Amino acid sequence: MPGNLREQIELITDRYPNRRSAIMPALFLAQKQHGYLSGEVQAQVAGILDVPEIWVFELATFYTMFHTEPIGTFHIQVCTNVSCLLRRADNLLKFLENRLQIKTGETTEDGRFSLSSVECLGACDKAPALMVNQDYFENQDEDKIDQILDRLSAMGMNVSRDK
Amino acid sequence: MFEKVLLRNIEIPNSHEIGVYENAGGYKSLATVLNNYKPNDLIDTVKESKLRGRGGAGFPTGMKWSFVPKDTKKTPLLCCNADEGEPGTFKDRALMEKDPHMMLEGIVIAAYAIGAKICYIYIRGEYELSINRVENAIKEAYAKGYLGSDILGSGFGLDVYIHRGAGAYICGEETALLESIEGRRAQPKLKPPFPAVEGLYGCPTVINNVETFACLPHIIERGPDWFKNIGPKESPGPKLYCLSGQVKRPGLYELPMGISIRELVENYGGGSCSGKIKAVIPGGVSAPMFPENQLDIGLDFNSLAAAGSMLGSAGVIVLDDTTCIVQVITRITEFFNHESCGKCTPCREGLDWSAKILLRIEAGEGKHEDLERLDSLCNTIFGNSFCALGVGASWALQATLKHFRDEFVQHIEEGKCPFH
Ligand SMILES: Cc1cc2nc3c(=O)[nH]c(=O)nc-3n(C[C@H](O)[C@H](O)[C@H](O)COP(=O)(O)O)c2cc1C
Ligand code: SF4
Ligand code: FES
Repeated sequence: MPGNLREQIELITDRYPNRRSAIMPALFLAQKQHGYLSGEVQAQVAGILDVPEIWVFELATFYTMFHTEPIGTFHIQVCTNVSCLLRRADNLLKFLENRLQIKTGETTEDGRFSLSSVECLGACDKAPALMVNQDYFENQDEDKIDQILDRLSAMGMNVSRDK
Repeated sequence: MFEKVLLRNIEIPNSHEIGVYENAGGYKSLATVLNNYKPNDLIDTVKESKLRGRGGAGFPTGMKWSFVPKDTKKTPLLCCNADEGEPGTFKDRALMEKDPHMMLEGIVIAAYAIGAKICYIYIRGEYELSINRVENAIKEAYAKGYLGSDILGSGFGLDVYIHRGAGAYICGEETALLESIEGRRAQPKLKPPFPAVEGLYGCPTVINNVETFACLPHIIERGPDWFKNIGPKESPGPKLYCLSGQVKRPGLYELPMGISIRELVENYGGGSCSGKIKAVIPGGVSAPMFPENQLDIGLDFNSLAAAGSMLGSAGVIVLDDTTCIVQVITRITEFFNHESCGKCTPCREGLDWSAKILLRIEAGEGKHEDLERLDSLCNTIFGNSFCALGVGASWALQATLKHFRDEFVQHIEEGKCPFH
């Protein structure tokens, strides 16, 4: 990730009349750089924005897209809301748990895969849907998931950490 | 076939690019507005069109704009609600990915009407492609003089910024959305004051949905009479319907307001997967479902409200006769429980209780008293929740308990789910 965090954060503060509003975008930038938002990273963001640490903590822990614990290189999120449920998303989740040998909500020991179930991804007409990091995969079945996992496993560790 | 208006460009290759949009007549309405309309005339035109907000509540758009005080010292702000999180809904995503300029042109038109100089577009965090496409569209619009300090030489100026959401359904509620932009936890606030009077940073703020903005250029181009003559009088216009669930041809359909649920599902969606519909959710999971014998209701704000449900986000979810209704409403209640912001007790605790009881019934461990317990929980949540999340959640559950009571009783009496 090029550029330093302070410079990137300073750039976005111009959009808002106060620095508190920049906490959310700053947390996205920090998470992109550090992978997750440790207490240290949260303190750093508070320092750069010159806002109380509690303000940063409040947001880092409220929004589900912010991770305050380490997360796998590949974060697989399976939608299990109604339209996907009706197209057997629960079976896909079980299939993934089996292939990865982890439960939903866990990360593989090598730190490569995390598995979550998520709420509706806005892809209901192409159910069941899932995301790997920022990418959508729609109309999924077990064969397609096998292919995705094989490809990701072959990709090695030097992949984008965008979450 | 009905003429496509909102989706008219999406089959064109690279429809997200400004050149394609301009070739299809894009940004002409903006020029018309800046040349020929005073802000007040514009508000009147939108009032005349009878456009009602497409974000869920169906509030008349022109009227909302007219609530912005005229004599205010604080410059009004504009927000675009692109947080689309209602399960079963994917229309705003399609508009932003495929035709972001249509929304953007609408945003500039609305900003001109209310005198806003800044607009924040609050886009759902997961919608990475939408964010990229809208970001790029904003850049293109600046380069062509459709945004910036002097738009098309009119002296009117507007800056547009994206605020990325971070995964909280409640941010779609307008006061929570403003809290989120201000850098606070997204918890709804008491109204009044209404945002149009005192909203973001204490300034008068108008919040509209992506699809609402996308309607505006067409109202200018073809006139308010054209718009108000499509569909029912009190709830007119072209409308995007998100069809999903157990239906043969799921997808995004643009049709006139007021088309019946049955027509959408049978004629456009090709019918249900099993051939036998059990129920349809008409407006995202907050909207109470209808059993098969009530599908002739029109999909518009008034008809659905009169029938005890709502158009909401127009997320139409089909449940065929292989579906376990108890499983579906359990999942819906779990969703609301998960997304409850925790501010008020009836919603926070009541939904948690409801979800636990429902899980028990679905697992075959329910008792008859559980149904009465659910009825009374629904009443408490419905009457005492601070915002529409709790209200919608309990409303949807209440209706399901009423229409499909037999199926709950069957679970309890057989001691198992008859479908699994
Ligand atoms: C829990 C909840 C979630 C909502 N989610 C959305 C949403 O994702 N998108 C949206 O446009 N409106 C949503 N709304 C409605 C907004 O509060 C608001 O009415 C709407 O954005 C106004 O725009 P409109 O007048 O153009 O419809 C939601 C409301 C509630 C109570
Ligand atoms: S009803 Fe639910 S979501 Fe709304 S304010 Fe209360 S706890 Fe929060
Ligand atoms: S329910 Fe899964 S994408 Fe909407």
